[in-house]
Amino acid sequence: MNTQTPSPKPEQPATRLPSSGGAPAGRWLALIRHRLVWPLMALALVLIVDALISPGFFNVRIVQGRLFGNVIDIFYRAMPTAMVALGMAVVIGTKGIDLSVGSIIAICGAIIAWRMHQGDSHFVILLMALAAGLACGLWNGFLVSVLEIQPIIATLILMVSGRGIGLMVNLLYGGTNPSFTSPLLQGLSVGSLGLIPTRLIVGAVIFFLLWLLVRRTAFGLFLESVGGNAKSARLAGVNARFVLLSAYLISGFLAATAGVILTADTHTSDPVSVASNIELDAILAVVIGGGSLAGGRIFLDGTIIGVLVIQALTTSILTSGLPPEYNLVVKAVVVLIVLLLQSSNMRAAVVSVLVRRKA
Amino acid sequence: MSEKYLPLTVTIGVFCILFVAGGLLYPNFFSTLVIGNILGDNAFVIIAAIGTTFVIISGGIDLSVGSMIGFVGVVMANLDAAGWHPLVSAPMMILFGAGFGALVGVIIDFCEIQPFIITLAALFLLRGACFMINLDAVPIRHPFVLEFSDMGISLPGGGWLSSSAIVMLVALAVAIVIAHWTEFGSAVYAVGGDAPSAKLMGVPMRKTTIKIYALGGTYSALGGVVYAFYTSSGYPLAGTGNELQAIAAVVLGGTLLTGGVGFVAGTLFGGMILGLIATLINFNGSLNGAWIMIAGGLLLFIFIVMHRFLVGSFKFRTGS
Repeated sequence: MNTQTPSPKPEQPATRLPSSGGAPAGRWLALIRHRLVWPLMALALVLIVDALISPGFFNVRIVQGRLFGNVIDIFYRAMPTAMVALGMAVVIGTKGIDLSVGSIIAICGAIIAWRMHQGDSHFVILLMALAAGLACGLWNGFLVSVLEIQPIIATLILMVSGRGIGLMVNLLYGGTNPSFTSPLLQGLSVGSLGLIPTRLIVGAVIFFLLWLLVRRTAFGLFLESVGGNAKSARLAGVNARFVLLSAYLISGFLAATAGVILTADTHTSDPVSVASNIELDAILAVVIGGGSLAGGRIFLDGTIIGVLVIQALTTSILTSGLPPEYNLVVKAVVVLIVLLLQSSNMRAAVVSVLVRRKA
Repeated sequence: MSEKYLPLTVTIGVFCILFVAGGLLYPNFFSTLVIGNILGDNAFVIIAAIGTTFVIISGGIDLSVGSMIGFVGVVMANLDAAGWHPLVSAPMMILFGAGFGALVGVIIDFCEIQPFIITLAALFLLRGACFMINLDAVPIRHPFVLEFSDMGISLPGGGWLSSSAIVMLVALAVAIVIAHWTEFGSAVYAVGGDAPSAKLMGVPMRKTTIKIYALGGTYSALGGVVYAFYTSSGYPLAGTGNELQAIAAVVLGGTLLTGGVGFVAGTLFGGMILGLIATLINFNGSLNGAWIMIAGGLLLFIFIVMHRFLVGSFKFRTGS
């Protein structure tokens, strides 16, 4: 019953307004109507506060042959959530939601630890973990597209049971010590290629491939059309079932990527607490990035900015010396402010108060 | 029998089958003792789930339930340490729940933000507030809490209906009256069934939305009070994930997440089914706790698919 008005598409910014020809005011108007302005302003605000409270926040130096500093750290820590959030953006674009991503990460971690104990080749294990993510995505997609179950409940099933499945996998080999070492996986997760942490390169490659898929192929158009109006899309000849199924496959695969990174980072499988609340962070990132749960739009760039806003907040709370307990409250307050600013009713109310005061 | 009672009947049937199966598998299972314990141990979740039922029938969702339970407990424990009587702090916290829920309702209606997102922010806010107040469990030492947990009614057959369970049953009775015998109750069903039509028919949308979330907040705060009494402590991590349990109880109880269809009474059985599964697995003894999660998910799956085919495609939901 509550649908958010979708932000204008990038292809058609507000330059259609008559006043926006070359006049500075028009350009200004076009700028503040651009969909990325609000999330970017939120990010800028967080970073400015950082710069004020901890001088040297933006320093980047080279330690042990790799880049080091708060800004790098934000990207580094944001990467797993960013993967999940990109998949979430695709699913939300089809008017769906994927609550099971945390459980998928737990299952992938358990499978990695289990196969490590069985002594499989590490490359095969990597493929197995990704395949597990795809299998989970297939399950979700099957429920949503074939059985036509509402996405929020369809993915709730795996969310509720997934961490239990991870625990069961741990029990397959006794489960007493699920820790492991793997040069390949840890190289992907915590290693670095030259100056740059490997996971950032992995993230950038995945982002680019996904961007190509969503923005440069007909399939990307189908994804948004199914989310915008499933019925019309079907009538226009789009195979809505296949498109929906693939959205959940993408989400499952990206969650598995995050699962590999997170599991290799901690060297162990901990199905109960790994990536707890990651689905919530990912959904928030999509919404901060301008996505609407009503579907029809996929903003990959906005989603990344949304993840960075959330991570920058966390990092700045840690560096500012505030107790980490404040993290959640500050996050909630910032999210609320961003949401309220994005609401057109709220903006109109604020503007009318300001105008009245001037008059 | 009318079609709309079908999901409720199936829910009650599944509960009976599970209960009888437990009785056949384990000696001493088939008793009022087990029933009383399931009611008492799950009272706080069921109370919260009753509030969630209204929210879900209206087509919305409330993710802040678990955090509210934790927050209420932490504040009550601290007020107890400051010398407040629980009977003073409890109504205050329930009022807080109503006010907080109303605020959430105002934001949902005025800012046109999806309930999922705003209640998610509320989840973070309340949980964060718990951590800011204190990080450890704080005991509630007031003698009233002990008296409360000693209160109850004995059932025939050695069972015991604890005070938590009684509070829950009273809350359920009130909710049933609200849902089926008040104008507001009809408005909730109307908004969830078809919001544009409800609006055209003169249902006050803003007032209804605010009341729905205020009611949800009231019930989750009441659940928090019961949980604080039940554990006689306040713990900042208490209630984590209870919003999911509440939603699961509502779905198992036969309420459709698409809104407009469902019964408050079904939620009682949905919550009891979840409690029954945990009890069965505990009775078995050799099964791992992970089975509780997996069995819960499996049961959700069966119910959801069943709703989809039995109910979802029938006359009263032709939209999809």
